Amino acid sequence: MVKLKTKPPTIYEIVKKPDPLLSGHRMCAGCTAPAIVKLVLKALPSLDNVIVVSPTGCLEVATTIFPYTSWAVPWMHNAFENAAATASGIEAAYKALKKKGVWGGEVPKIIIFGGDGGTVDIGLQALSGMVERGHNIMYILYDNEAYMNTGIQRSGSTPFAAATTTSPAGKVIPGKIEWKKPISLIMAAHMNAYVATASLYYWQDFVQKVLKAYYYEGPSFIHAIQPCSRGWRFTEDLGIKLTKLAVDTCVHPLWEFDPETREFKVTGYSAFLAKHPEKILPVEEYLKLQGRFRHLFKPVRRDDLIKEIQDRVMKDWHFLLKLAGLE
Amino acid sequence: MAEVEKAEQIEMLLNGDEAVAWAAYHVEPDVVAAYPITPQTIIVERFSEFVADGLVRTEFISVESEHSALSAVVGAAAAGGRAFTATASQGLALMNEILHIAAALRLPIVMAIATRALSAPINIHPDHGDIMNSREAGWIIMFAENAQEVYDNVIQAFKIAEDHRVLLPVMVAFDGFVISHTAEKVYVFKDVNVVREKFLGGPRKIPKIKLMGKEVELALRPLSYTPVPLTIGPLDLTDFYFEHKLQHMDALYRAPEVIKEVNEEYAKLTGRKYGNGLVEKYKLDDAEIALVAMGATVGTLRYVVDVMRDEGYKVGLLKIRTYRPFPTEDVIEALKDKKVVGVFDRAAPNGAAGAPLFLDIRSALYELEKRPIVVDYVYGLGGRDAPPELLEDAVEELYRISKGEVKPFRFRYLGVRE
Repeated sequence: MVKLKTKPPTIYEIVKKPDPLLSGHRMCAGCTAPAIVKLVLKALPSLDNVIVVSPTGCLEVATTIFPYTSWAVPWMHNAFENAAATASGIEAAYKALKKKGVWGGEVPKIIIFGGDGGTVDIGLQALSGMVERGHNIMYILYDNEAYMNTGIQRSGSTPFAAATTTSPAGKVIPGKIEWKKPISLIMAAHMNAYVATASLYYWQDFVQKVLKAYYYEGPSFIHAIQPCSRGWRFTEDLGIKLTKLAVDTCVHPLWEFDPETREFKVTGYSAFLAKHPEKILPVEEYLKLQGRFRHLFKPVRRDDLIKEIQDRVMKDWHFLLKLAGLE
Repeated sequence: MAEVEKAEQIEMLLNGDEAVAWAAYHVEPDVVAAYPITPQTIIVERFSEFVADGLVRTEFISVESEHSALSAVVGAAAAGGRAFTATASQGLALMNEILHIAAALRLPIVMAIATRALSAPINIHPDHGDIMNSREAGWIIMFAENAQEVYDNVIQAFKIAEDHRVLLPVMVAFDGFVISHTAEKVYVFKDVNVVREKFLGGPRKIPKIKLMGKEVELALRPLSYTPVPLTIGPLDLTDFYFEHKLQHMDALYRAPEVIKEVNEEYAKLTGRKYGNGLVEKYKLDDAEIALVAMGATVGTLRYVVDVMRDEGYKVGLLKIRTYRPFPTEDVIEALKDKKVVGVFDRAAPNGAAGAPLFLDIRSALYELEKRPIVVDYVYGLGGRDAPPELLEDAVEELYRISKGEVKPFRFRYLGVRE
């Protein structure tokens, strides 16, 4: 079983730690991606032996505008689709240098922070290869559900009916007509990776999963929902609330896959919802706060589409409960 | 330069691919990442045998594409490792995006390329079209004439790439099949430590810089080791990109000095020397007609020069060993007093005024007040054989051009059904 090994830090301990991502970066106001980076890195017992890799994306361009950098840990960017391959090479180099006695320390833990485009679409092949080969690398997906860096184009991770600049809500087509790619299930299907979903609002659950991934001697993948105020079109104060609503509506349920026991487990507040289905909020509570779904409510309310989303969310939720042996 | 004693070597029967694998074995890179795209070579098959037999401590990563192969060695080199990969044709084309990144990040990667035709139609046979497609990526590109030079160039490439005056990736090119699949006598070092310790000086030396008042290694090092963590591969906008490109270009144009030194040092160790490291002349000094080529056809042209010399033609040969950075000065010096220069290009001109090598040669000679006539022969595309008779016909034509009997042309195709 994949274990925590150390006690998760308290919120006070997390707050007191020095920032691994320094202020002055140019992520948008209300962006939840820096909070994910900080929570993940501050959850670790130490940053002494960590190397961070990022594919091209918002996080990369907004934190490293030469001659400045916000990264207080070693960090590398290569290209858009190859963060997993780049990280594989870094890990391999340290393994060889250690074998040869050139590197006296431990092989660093490599942590990738990738957006959904660089993970679910263009980076999927390299990511799958990295996991198949069993590299000791943590992959954190910050999923804002579109190509936000390049101007909100639709990605494989964009949800059904969301309006983006390449899946606009038109008179005939109501936003994206395909469903979101289930990236975490795809990663779990590799059978050798610790896989988990996470939400910033449920930070204790997130931190525990980060530590499990950190101590797991192999590939791990954590899928964090990352509301984007520009792309999802909400006011800057709603980001964290949306990470809560994503879980409370079962749009982004919290679960983990343990590659050692082959068990799916519903975790945190989602485990509570599994026992108390009456507490599950309707998806509308989540959708109505976001401008990208505005066309579902105005100028005419599209009950048909809202119901279609609700049905799909519950279908996926029950599928998850079956995987977890709860149904 | 310190006195170098000649090292003991052993004679082997190796094809070009095996020569690469043996060179890589002798170098023992920290990381080799490779993928068997069609067309695949046996380079990494042989090398993985050395890994499996415990002869090298290299981490061999069987990646899921050539794009990832180069991406992984970029990561390995950024982490301070000595990194190697090999590819050809479609694989090199797939790497194209990362070729530029590897060079601009100044990572001393070595890559062997058994040059082959690009699709479509899918072909797999010798052709320089793949490497010509990649020639603007800011790498050092060296062409080998035979399996021996392949072995020698791979070893030399690591030393050139890792020199702190250079810090650039190097492609070691050799014609697919003609060199990659043809067994030849190759001398290799008897003791691997001659390469690993004596010639390369042990593990890769990482340059150090002063950063925030501290001495920092230019590599991805964790906080337990480095006083200042590095950000590698940042966003670089209008205010700095140009300066960084300039530094890259400066390093590239500085490389010839290092390539020459390494060629000399290696010659002392082995007795084998390739011209001045950049170009090599063959019976060229008194020639009126000069042939210029790269790769395996240089060997055929040596024979052609001998045959035509016997028939009284004053013909000689200039081999381009280092194609990037292009040895402009050496080319001018070697060809300035020739009447006619015939360039042999194993790549299509693709709508340009001629094929790639011709463009470089003619551009270099334009500086001269009295310029030789320069014409281009495009030959051997998709592995079409270029036998001596075909090349002799070209020399005969160059002779007639020199006599004013044939009108000069920019380029024409050799050995094709028109």
